[in-house]
Amino acid sequence: MNPVLRRSYSEATARQRVAALMDPGSFRELVPPADKCTSPHLDAFRVPVSLDDGVVIGDARAAGRPIGLFAQEGRFLGGAIGEIHSAKIVGLIRRAIRVKAAAVVGLLDSGGVRLQEANAGEIGVSEILRAVFDARAAGIPVIGLVGGASGVFGGAGILSGCCDVLIVSDHGRVGVSGPEVIETTQGVEAFDSRDRALVWRTTGGKHRYLLGVAGMLVDDDLDAFRRALAETLEQPPRPPVDGVERGWQELERRWNDWGACRDAVEIWRAMGIREPERIPDLDVAAVRAARPRRGERP
Amino acid sequence: METLQFEFEGAADPDPAAGCPALAGVVASGNLEVLLESRDLGGRCRFDVRTAADGFGAVWQAVLADFMQRHRLRNVLGTINDYAASPAVVSLRLDQAAESFAGPES
Repeated sequence: MNPVLRRSYSEATARQRVAALMDPGSFRELVPPADKCTSPHLDAFRVPVSLDDGVVIGDARAAGRPIGLFAQEGRFLGGAIGEIHSAKIVGLIRRAIRVKAAAVVGLLDSGGVRLQEANAGEIGVSEILRAVFDARAAGIPVIGLVGGASGVFGGAGILSGCCDVLIVSDHGRVGVSGPEVIETTQGVEAFDSRDRALVWRTTGGKHRYLLGVAGMLVDDDLDAFRRALAETLEQPPRPPVDGVERGWQELERRWNDWGACRDAVEIWRAMGIREPERIPDLDVAAVRAARPRRGERP
Repeated sequence: METLQFEFEGAADPDPAAGCPALAGVVASGNLEVLLESRDLGGRCRFDVRTAADGFGAVWQAVLADFMQRHRLRNVLGTINDYAASPAVVSLRLDQAAESFAGPES
């Protein structure tokens, strides 16, 4: 698509993303800003609060289907998950289970636990993970979208790994420990967090898609995310009963096949991708075409 | 971090308002959120401001007084969470909130 005609997903606010991705007029916000349900912890750190505590939740329709939706605002404290923020997401997911929604959709944009809220934030993340698995156990697929400037890291990275499907853009990043954290704990020779190209090769949406962590790779475009979400809702994933076991086998295979690789480019080469050093420069359509299909592994 | 409160006389002939709360902006560095709501304040308008930048009370007073000149508001409560936005950005967000507060008709 002509980049001029795109409306960037990563530059949009959480509320703009909700408006663009949901069926027009279908979103009904729960615990809206006017409720002023703000963080009780941030004042002590002299940090400003936000009226929605950095997450928008509610009922909506997407592609005609009733869903429970939460959208994190990555610009407010890096989308970090605090007590109120997590309570809103947990309540939304529990409600989606109760009303038998067609899916839970999370527009994820978060660096993880809000450090100022310490244990309350940590507990909040674990409660979200529990709610996600409750939804999946009830047969309600949980779909994560990642394309914001904060990506998903820490507890939010784990949350992204608990979704049935992950839709990422090439502007999205997925990881657990962020680049600076890895450098601090493992040393600059293991990972140089100032090497932007390295950071994007390792955590960026393209690599996560090629690894199979993300099921779909889309352009940084609100409409592309909307179409990918509609496609996913039309054919919702049916997780196999032995899914966890298969997941472990897949991780073991990854470790056996690629554990010795020093860089994402080496992994792409080992996957059988021709000219793997070109991947960072390719557009999304070309990266999709380059991903080896299952069973085609050399 | 500073908490400030400002009150203004409301307009005698206010613009028609949609009545639903209107939000503009995001609490991010150099930015702010503004929520406008209808509230019975005896005709007056009030702004509750929480700002990360201390010592700018006089600037807030001036920016909000300008805003009140541009729009005819009455019985409106404004709630502002500010992360050190410049006065121009504050004015912009106030106008955006006022625009959606007025509703699509006007």
